[in-house]
Amino acid sequence: MSHANNDLRYTQSHEWVIQISDGAVEVGITDYAQDLLGDMVYIDLPEVGDNLTAGKECAVVESVKAASDIFAPISGEVSEINEVLSDTPEILNQDAQGGGWLFRMIPSDAADLNGLLDADAYQALVEPDAG
Amino acid sequence: MLIFERSKPGRYNGAQFQPSDADVNDIPAALLRDDPIGLPEVSEMQTVRHYTQLSQKNFSIDTHFYPLGSCTMKYNPRACNTLAMLPAFLGRHPLAPASTGQAFLCCMHELQEILKEITGMQTVSLAPLAGAQGEFAGIAMIRAYHEAQGDSQRTEILVPDAAHGTNPATAVMCGYKVKEIPTDVQGDVDVEALKQVVGPQTAGLMLTNPSTLGVFERRIQEIATVLHQAGGLLYYDGANLNAILGKVKPGDMGFDVIHMNLHKTFSTPHGGGGPGAGPVGVSERLAPFIPVPVVTEHYGEYRLLSEVDLPHTIGHLSANMGNVGVLLRAYVYARMLGREGMHRVADFATLNANYLMVRLQEEGFELAYPSRRATHEFIVTLKKLKDETGITAMDVAKRLLDKGYHAPTTYFPLLVPECLLIEPTETESKEELDGFVAAMKEIHDEAYDDADMIKGAPYSTPVRRLDEVKAARELDLVWQAPDD
Repeated sequence: MSHANNDLRYTQSHEWVIQISDGAVEVGITDYAQDLLGDMVYIDLPEVGDNLTAGKECAVVESVKAASDIFAPISGEVSEINEVLSDTPEILNQDAQGGGWLFRMIPSDAADLNGLLDADAYQALVEPDAG
Repeated sequence: MLIFERSKPGRYNGAQFQPSDADVNDIPAALLRDDPIGLPEVSEMQTVRHYTQLSQKNFSIDTHFYPLGSCTMKYNPRACNTLAMLPAFLGRHPLAPASTGQAFLCCMHELQEILKEITGMQTVSLAPLAGAQGEFAGIAMIRAYHEAQGDSQRTEILVPDAAHGTNPATAVMCGYKVKEIPTDVQGDVDVEALKQVVGPQTAGLMLTNPSTLGVFERRIQEIATVLHQAGGLLYYDGANLNAILGKVKPGDMGFDVIHMNLHKTFSTPHGGGGPGAGPVGVSERLAPFIPVPVVTEHYGEYRLLSEVDLPHTIGHLSANMGNVGVLLRAYVYARMLGREGMHRVADFATLNANYLMVRLQEEGFELAYPSRRATHEFIVTLKKLKDETGITAMDVAKRLLDKGYHAPTTYFPLLVPECLLIEPTETESKEELDGFVAAMKEIHDEAYDDADMIKGAPYSTPVRRLDEVKAARELDLVWQAPDD
């Protein structure tokens, strides 16, 4: 099931993050981003145990239009990756903010989440003319 | 259908040609193949028909308007082809001594001189076999230059976010890290952002001017100053040289190295992967590193400079001196145009682009940079059309094929949503441009009346809409014989 927009935190570069259990967060790209990129053909994920730095490239999604870097929304260690994407990348198009999550990680500092955009701020970023 | 599928054992045109019954049994067994060679067995006429029919399926500049942005699909004058195919050129062996090829070397030397004059560079090498290899040579020279200075801390190449994908790919191939520079709302490089990232670690900046957004980079002198003050070098991607041919020299803008796509600007045939030619030009400080061979003239005698003459060269890029057939066509083209002709090319390329841009705007298409004059190409964004009808830039591109027009470049540059990058070139007439506008208008109307029909386009091409995802994920280009 997809996460509700209001439950997510966002980056300027169109990643989303949500707290899922004690300590872990789930990371993906927004529905807006998948729509712009178009049909996915290949997704290159980090490895479990990788230490990510906020704002640095950590994954690549390749669509029929472009290959795009994914940036770590916050710093931390990768605890799980969404293996199903390697054979069925189309799930990212179908359910970007749910079943199309990219990886889970243990943040170095959970408070970093507070520095990200909320749903209203992200909406204003992608559709500055709306509302 | 492939030629192999037309094959039948023993098939030939027996009425006109009987097969040779020469005895070849004296070939030693050790030299004989173990397996049949697998060539198709067809008559000469079947072969001619097969390839003629294949060529008739082509969507080409010889048959259709081809406004593929950033590719400069201009008409290739037949005279260039005819002269480049003179027997003396065709028959020359690449390893023949310079003494037997003075006229050929003279042509190549003149081409070098013409390209130096156009670009404002000090030295030109014709060696690179394609634009991408020209880029590689250019960045390899920047690297060689910094290394010769003992300057090993320069590890980054800066690339604007509007750049051709080959730019960052080239930088990575040459061992550099890539830093992306954003574009401002007017389509210029964000100079303030550039100042933030430029520094002692900067090896160079790769810039296309006019940019891939179809606008002239107005702050180019300031950009050159910022980069040079930090000790970096400025690289000119010549993809869009057509717009400024004979008007502005990249050397005068402050560029240190340039690659040109002769198959674009100098009208040699291209598409389908080549052959191309990507000569490089450099300023004085990069001249020692230029790829070999380079043609030189001394008291009317021409010869090729090698590693012996240029010990600091980045080396050879191919076995000989580049795609000579392409170089010859470009040379003839340049000589046919002359200095005034070069100006006319730039004039008409920009006139056609601006005419087409304004006409499409009048018909309701939204421009990505409405406040800017186009150079040789411009961008239409179909975001509104997609929001209102679900019809994407790709759908419009496919439908254009049914109307008899090759699609413009789609979804590039990446920073403009649902974009079409349109480059008419100087060789199209007003009637042809008006026909394209009418076709675009028809598709625009169809999008609101019958979107499902457009989603199914094209209908008139040899193959219907292709599955791009499958093509990217399960690429399979190898023909296999059907099982008997």
